[in-house]
Amino acid sequence: MFKKLILGTAAVAMLSGAQMMSASAEDMHYVPSLSYRTGPFAGGGIPVANGFSDYMNMLNARDGGIGGVKIVVEECETGYNSQKGVECYESTKGKGALVYNPMSTGITLQLVPKAPVDEIPVLSMGYGLSATAIGEKFPWGFNYPTTYWNQLSSILKYIDSKGGIKGKKIGFIYLDVGYGKEPIPLLDKLATSMGFTTAKFPVGVKEMQSQSSHWLNVRKERPDWMIMWGWGAMNSTAIKEAAKIKYPLDHFIGNWWSGADADLRPVGEVGKGYVAANFSGIGTDFPALQDVLKHVVDAGKSQVKDKSLVGDVLYNRGLFNAVIVAEAIAAAQKATGKKAITGADMRVGLETFDLSAARLKELGLEGFAAPVKASCSDHEGAGSVFLQQWNGSAWEKISDAIAPMNDVVRPLLEEAADKYTADKPDWKTQSC
Amino acid sequence: MDLLFNIFVSPFIEMVTMPDFLLQVLWEGFVSGTLYALIALGFVLIFKASGVFNFAQGIMVVFAALTLVGFHAAGLPAYVSLVLALAVMGFLAWGVERVVLRHLVNQPDLILFMATIGLSYFLIGFGELIFGGEPKSMITEQLGLPTGSTTIEIFDGIVILQHLDIAAAAIAAILVAGLALFFSKTRIGRALRAVADDHQAALSVGISLNQIWAIVWFAAGIVALATGIMWGARSDVSFALQIVALKALPVLILGGFTSVPGAIIGGLIIGFGEKLFEVYWGGLLGGGVEGWFAYVIALIFLLFRPQGLFGEKIIERV
Repeated sequence: MFKKLILGTAAVAMLSGAQMMSASAEDMHYVPSLSYRTGPFAGGGIPVANGFSDYMNMLNARDGGIGGVKIVVEECETGYNSQKGVECYESTKGKGALVYNPMSTGITLQLVPKAPVDEIPVLSMGYGLSATAIGEKFPWGFNYPTTYWNQLSSILKYIDSKGGIKGKKIGFIYLDVGYGKEPIPLLDKLATSMGFTTAKFPVGVKEMQSQSSHWLNVRKERPDWMIMWGWGAMNSTAIKEAAKIKYPLDHFIGNWWSGADADLRPVGEVGKGYVAANFSGIGTDFPALQDVLKHVVDAGKSQVKDKSLVGDVLYNRGLFNAVIVAEAIAAAQKATGKKAITGADMRVGLETFDLSAARLKELGLEGFAAPVKASCSDHEGAGSVFLQQWNGSAWEKISDAIAPMNDVVRPLLEEAADKYTADKPDWKTQSC
Repeated sequence: MDLLFNIFVSPFIEMVTMPDFLLQVLWEGFVSGTLYALIALGFVLIFKASGVFNFAQGIMVVFAALTLVGFHAAGLPAYVSLVLALAVMGFLAWGVERVVLRHLVNQPDLILFMATIGLSYFLIGFGELIFGGEPKSMITEQLGLPTGSTTIEIFDGIVILQHLDIAAAAIAAILVAGLALFFSKTRIGRALRAVADDHQAALSVGISLNQIWAIVWFAAGIVALATGIMWGARSDVSFALQIVALKALPVLILGGFTSVPGAIIGGLIIGFGEKLFEVYWGGLLGGGVEGWFAYVIALIFLLFRPQGLFGEKIIERV
């Protein structure tokens, strides 16, 4: 029996290898997915990875791929670990990778300098280094549809619309890693220009599930509003602790990585009123999502454990990431006239696609997200976010799209981009 | 001058002017302390019996909690799920003894430590295979654990006591006291102490090393389940829960690796110490200091008692 099992496993492995080789031989769009289905942050990594691969598989099943070429999504497990992420990158880049979606700010920061060398663009959708929005300085880095900094400016605009922000105290609780600290320079600058004060509460990875001291400090500081840049178990713990000290949850706003179904399900009714930012649709009430259900989930080709998880916030986030990649591939094909494209072609696609409202409707995603227009100089699209509120069992959209403060943020992004490249004399830039 | 004022005067003024808040900080320190003691206890039990730092204790917490919610999600009543989760931890203890420890009797401690690292990674992979990586909700009300809170008006302010925290502190205290009594007053407890002192001497007087190890690992499994329930209820049940095991390290340094009372007192000192420092002095250092301050407390104690607060003094004679 044991021998049969070993032989069977070997046969399956050989067949898979042969299949991959035959796929490599023919034209394909090879898109590595640096996913994390294991480790402390798997709760967020799983739905994102599922949404991403399911949309690509739907395009394969429904349309035969993009421009007649099948898409091959190969997952590489990073465990949300930067070192493993780089290993995944190194082991897959030689297979004709078109673009990397690192799914982690830490990994993105490692890959940004590698992208121009290997000529494979990096798309960190709604995370990563905000300064990559400046296309002139970062020809190979993209963060459509918007950056952390723009998101923060949209959240502050929302607060300002609710009785004014001037003279108020804004608490900022964040995961004490690169990702959490990323928007702090902007927060400090805007505090001066908009006339509010801040109180910061860093949460170490070890303290994600033990935040009572942080929330005692919140009680002491009494901020008028709280903003959270959390991830993983930090989110649900923070919301429970906020409720514990009776902080008004409708004044507690998480960023788009602190507002997933996975974060709020363990909190349930206690989290009623909590608000979070988002930039992709909620639910399955979109024709494209219905196609995913029909061609992928119902056909047993999805890794999603339960059909009801399709349409969750992070599932749809991963799906939207796939939409942008697919649109950029189509744009690259159109711009180059080639069916099978390279990483360099993909970069052109990422600077030329136009995900307009009409195109979103055509894709079966009307109202799913704000339109995104790619360009050479603007690698983020300056997209808007909307806010959603937890009603005790599900998310409800509570605002229209809130445009970022581009006039304020763009010069700061340019300054940050200059700072990043200042000590890198060989850094490749471009003129737009 | 301002700095000195903020260090030596301002925090104490705050304590006096806002006594209700000080009480809240002390309560949170007490709750955290008992929960830290609970985690540390799991390490102490196994270290006492085998001299091994069980690297797998953190993942045992996750595994136990996931098993409990897994059985419940499968439609079983909460108490049946609890009993079955205990049975699984018992089976795990038996398996660890049969498959791992039995073959490593009298091997250097480092080998046993490495074996627990292997066990840890096995349980992570096996757990992810069975339960998946998605976070789950801990069952609380179904287990009869109270929810809600009581607000006490005192000193012109309020102190909020979460019922779950009260239950957690009580359960941790009962569990710690029960295990302390079990290991000090029963025959098995005496046998455990004999094994901890000298494997070979214990074997020569007829103590079954294998049996003791299985019992101790089962006891550590019970502690892991209790820890998983309490910490899981405060956050969620996911593989991130294994990180809470790291909170036990300063407690162990402080209380000693072999002392049950040390785990309790150590847990409370760390709990009170880190909360007070974070709230009243943390702001001077930008906040987020409790993670490392716990080690500072432990190291200060080590300067005076290298064997820990209640650890046994090791005397090597030439």
